[in-house]
Amino acid sequence: MVKVLVPSGALGLNYDKEALARGIAAKPDIIAIDGGSTDSGPHYLGRGVSKYARSSTKIEWAGLMEARAEADCPLLIGTAGTCGADSAVDWMLDITREIAKEQGSPVKVAVLRSGQDPEKIAKIYGNGRIEALPNAPDVMPDDIRACTNVVALAGAEQVQAALDTGADIVIAGRATDTAIISALPLQRGCHSGGAWHGAKIGECGALCATNPQSGVILIEFDAEGFTVTPLADGAQASPHTVSAHMLYENSDPFILYEPGGHLDVTGAKYEALDETSVRVTGSEWVPSERYTVKLEGARPAGFQTVLMALLRDPNYVENAQLWANDIIAKCSAKARDRLGLSDDEFRIEIRLIGHTASFGPLETAVPNPHEIGALGIVTAKTEALSNEIGKLLNPYLLHHPLTQGEEQPTFAFLFSPAEMPRGQIYEFALNHVMALDDPMEAFRLEVIDLG
Amino acid sequence: MAKLRDEVLKIRSKNAGPFWLTVDIFCGSPEAYRMVKSRLHTAQVAEAFALTTNQLKRFDIEDLSVVKFSLPRPAVQGSIEDRDMHGASYAALLGELEI
Repeated sequence: MVKVLVPSGALGLNYDKEALARGIAAKPDIIAIDGGSTDSGPHYLGRGVSKYARSSTKIEWAGLMEARAEADCPLLIGTAGTCGADSAVDWMLDITREIAKEQGSPVKVAVLRSGQDPEKIAKIYGNGRIEALPNAPDVMPDDIRACTNVVALAGAEQVQAALDTGADIVIAGRATDTAIISALPLQRGCHSGGAWHGAKIGECGALCATNPQSGVILIEFDAEGFTVTPLADGAQASPHTVSAHMLYENSDPFILYEPGGHLDVTGAKYEALDETSVRVTGSEWVPSERYTVKLEGARPAGFQTVLMALLRDPNYVENAQLWANDIIAKCSAKARDRLGLSDDEFRIEIRLIGHTASFGPLETAVPNPHEIGALGIVTAKTEALSNEIGKLLNPYLLHHPLTQGEEQPTFAFLFSPAEMPRGQIYEFALNHVMALDDPMEAFRLEVIDLG
Repeated sequence: MAKLRDEVLKIRSKNAGPFWLTVDIFCGSPEAYRMVKSRLHTAQVAEAFALTTNQLKRFDIEDLSVVKFSLPRPAVQGSIEDRDMHGASYAALLGELEI
């Protein structure tokens, strides 16, 4: 049997300390936690930075390093620093180094890097080793070259290689959420379908149970399946909460693709052992012919400057769309005229909050607001241009009249200056898999002694 | 005609990666599930998202009393056309559908 202790769905989201202590008392074989996902958007991968505060990350990681020493088992983080790019891994390593020094206990750290050279990926793109997944964007080699970061998602094999170093702590770059949990059970011969299924159920911590924010769960893997137990007071897993977790952020609730194969839970049986624990058997792992890893990439998509005005005058609230359309037309003409820009060099948008901002053309409700937030969004190739066009847009959002004859209106600005530069923006550029002859060929492993 | 949101326990929408959106309709009871299964048509959902029926994946999951749809995101997550980084609000669009 292999016991995996999962403190929470992501480092930075906090965990219940008492529940963690219960987990340590249960003598886990490994403590595994996820450090990120694409869910907060392309900025983090684009810049190679973490979403969560360094202070939170450090406090929570220090608690887990203490717990690891007490449990005398490895501690593993996957997708370190939200995006799992090499720079985010270095950030996590730096935090680990500080803590090891402060705690005065030497630790052996294995660092698994997932970063890819965009130039190299661009070169092999089109030679048959890289394949598009459903709904992938159209990609040319130059789009890949333009990426500031490309990462490959490590699977169980690469995580196992890191564990094989005998490290106390593994800091992994981008990895699948599940691989960090399934790696050890698979290595020790637990049921492969159960290992991947239990990993998927556990990857968000206690989200598979009641009291989801309590975080801590214990998953026990064996030869037939797995048992999941949330450890916080008041947290309970039931066959319903556990099986329903397969729906979460999954486009297919029965099939999950991983490096080297896929998990099929169509035949899974969920059984309540008591009030809190659920046992799952019957999940199946289906190996694939080719070993593939998923690629993620983010590339610069221009610079943005945003402004916001509030409309409260009933006439303007009622005619807000007309007003916004007129501003966009007039301000775009001014940008073409005064800055010599063509239409493909900039974009001005006004989203009407309280009106159609959520769904745009898909909105079906008839708006009936008493006030509207008009969010102006300027996108251009350079920061200087986006700020300049923001300044062109400013007087329109402040004073643009619906009719020529009326007295000049003024609308509410929230700040001075009204323009808020958002800096460089990024976009996801890849939804592809890459075939590997050897699982480690796209990954790099380093062992470092700290403290 | 009733709105879908008034007939079910909860509707949740989330990203399933940057390129897909997934919407889970928790019906709350076997009766509500049977009603939603038979009266919520895939074509209605496709129309709400300006997609064609064959672009949607539908899962009717009796054990959970859940009907689930997965579809290409209305805009790729974080692209300049995107309005909802986590795909959180689209559940409400589905909730407006009349069944």
